[in-house]
Amino acid sequence: MGPVKRYFRSPAAVLGLVLLLIVIGMALSAGYFYPRDPLALAGRPLIWPFANPRFLLGTDNSGRDIAAQIFHGARISLLIGGVATLIAVTIGVMVGALAGFYGGWIDNVLMRITEAFQTLPNFVLLLVLVAVFGSTLTTVTIAVGIVAWPAPARLTRAEFLSLRSREFVQAGRTLGMRDTQLMLREILPNALPPVIVYAGVVMAVAILLESALAFLRLSDANVASWGNLIGLGRDVLRVQWYVSAIPGVAILITVLAVSLVGQGLNDALNPRLKQR
Amino acid sequence: MRILSLAGRRLAASIPTLFLILIGVFLLLQLAPGDTVDAMMAQMGGGDAATARELRRFYGLDVSVPVQLANYLWRLVRLDLGFSAIYGKPVAAVILERLPPTLLLMTSALSFAFFFGLVLGVIAARGVNRWPDTLISTVGLIFYATPSFWFGLMAIVVFSIYLQWLPAGGFEDIGVVRTGIWRVLDIASHLVLPSLTLGLIFLAIYLRIMRASMLEVLNLDFVRTARAKGLDETRIITRHVLRNALLPMVTLIGLQAGTMLGGSVVVETVFSLPGLGRLAYESVVQRDLNTLLGIVFVSALLVILVNFITDLLYARLDPRITAES
Repeated sequence: MGPVKRYFRSPAAVLGLVLLLIVIGMALSAGYFYPRDPLALAGRPLIWPFANPRFLLGTDNSGRDIAAQIFHGARISLLIGGVATLIAVTIGVMVGALAGFYGGWIDNVLMRITEAFQTLPNFVLLLVLVAVFGSTLTTVTIAVGIVAWPAPARLTRAEFLSLRSREFVQAGRTLGMRDTQLMLREILPNALPPVIVYAGVVMAVAILLESALAFLRLSDANVASWGNLIGLGRDVLRVQWYVSAIPGVAILITVLAVSLVGQGLNDALNPRLKQR
Repeated sequence: MRILSLAGRRLAASIPTLFLILIGVFLLLQLAPGDTVDAMMAQMGGGDAATARELRRFYGLDVSVPVQLANYLWRLVRLDLGFSAIYGKPVAAVILERLPPTLLLMTSALSFAFFFGLVLGVIAARGVNRWPDTLISTVGLIFYATPSFWFGLMAIVVFSIYLQWLPAGGFEDIGVVRTGIWRVLDIASHLVLPSLTLGLIFLAIYLRIMRASMLEVLNLDFVRTARAKGLDETRIITRHVLRNALLPMVTLIGLQAGTMLGGSVVVETVFSLPGLGRLAYESVVQRDLNTLLGIVFVSALLVILVNFITDLLYARLDPRITAES
């Protein structure tokens, strides 16, 4: 049974894929359904959901369409989550590959640095980075990526450690391949699958970190982000709790989808682990 | 004694890590736009350049960065974290004031997550692939995907606004002076929602690990032996399986200590608890970089301390660990 077939045999993995496709669909169609600026004034403030057919999910404290913000927020969440994951995995793979391939003092130094990053609570580091570099979309995305790299680094290092003395690598060495060739052409393709699967976890964490930062009003206030909307809704929580509730459900569904797909890929690619 | 020396050696190994963090963050903060004196001047409503120069000299900010770093580390060795210009007190005093609520919150959230994660994990593993397992695993997945601050807000809506069972925020009732047991009960009632909020994500992680680890141990030979001896199922679980299945759970406490401390920043802000996490947030907003650096130091120290304790627990649960070293 191939991995694709195995993936579709798991109902949880299929559900995750469907949810993820819905979120991606929302992000792609945001410009079509809501061509106007989602942060522009749209109507009376604090209209309840389903009360006015023009605003299906109601309006927030300053009269902006919540549905439009949800659709455009999907773009921001996927963008920040995706790019931050790419940054984290790239740094992690580079650090882990160098540490695992060379060992010795390089490994020692790199692992000390990784340990330092893991000892400092990641959200505290995120606060420091935002305090220093400010909170625009770009800096927040890079900051989330910087905070999330140690776990992929450890994973890559472990893979490189176990692969570097295999026969095919030694064969490459006797053929006179350079270290970079060995690392990039021989070991990396074999070490990458578990790291890519783990990227699902990294992306879930990245989306949650950004939304928490946005909720604290330390992320970019000029984009329609779900976390921003939850933070705004906090001011009217007592009566109009839906302003905070709706974007929270959107975050929940996105993170759930990403983790289910990651888990499904893991089970499909490593079928023996699943049987435990 | 061997346990202590083993854990002690690991504790000593983390001191260079601590310095690495401090030097890194100190240099990072040099890149921040504006220093403490700028923040103070802004708070005073502006002032002339001479006052700023005077203040910089007073706070030791007029020398080069390497000298500042050396001064900072030297003061740190003497446990002096510097002076917070915003709070008008030594940073150590500010942090010490804010530490108890955070420690209480973390302890109660951890106990909640650990206990219920253990119980639910055992139930799920006992009925693997039947409806209790499916239900528990699904709920766990949803908890894992829930942003904690959002869960906190929704808990406030349900339990504080509609049902009015629990207070919506704060550490204790300021309006009424309580002493003894009444004060304890009052603080406890204020901590119920924050602990649940902070603990929820960890509950999901613990129950998943506990379930996997139970399933692994249940297949081992000594469990079959115990069954063959005719022990009843409860006794097998509590006396034989649990102790072995607990090891990964204990490892997880150490691994997640930092994440939990980070999560308390958000949870303390939602519930306006006067803790360390909220202080971290406030010092970012107010540009109180001295306090922020102090918090970095204390939180790294806390994580190292929790790891030290888990090392001790680990050796206690599995005697082989000390025998091997």
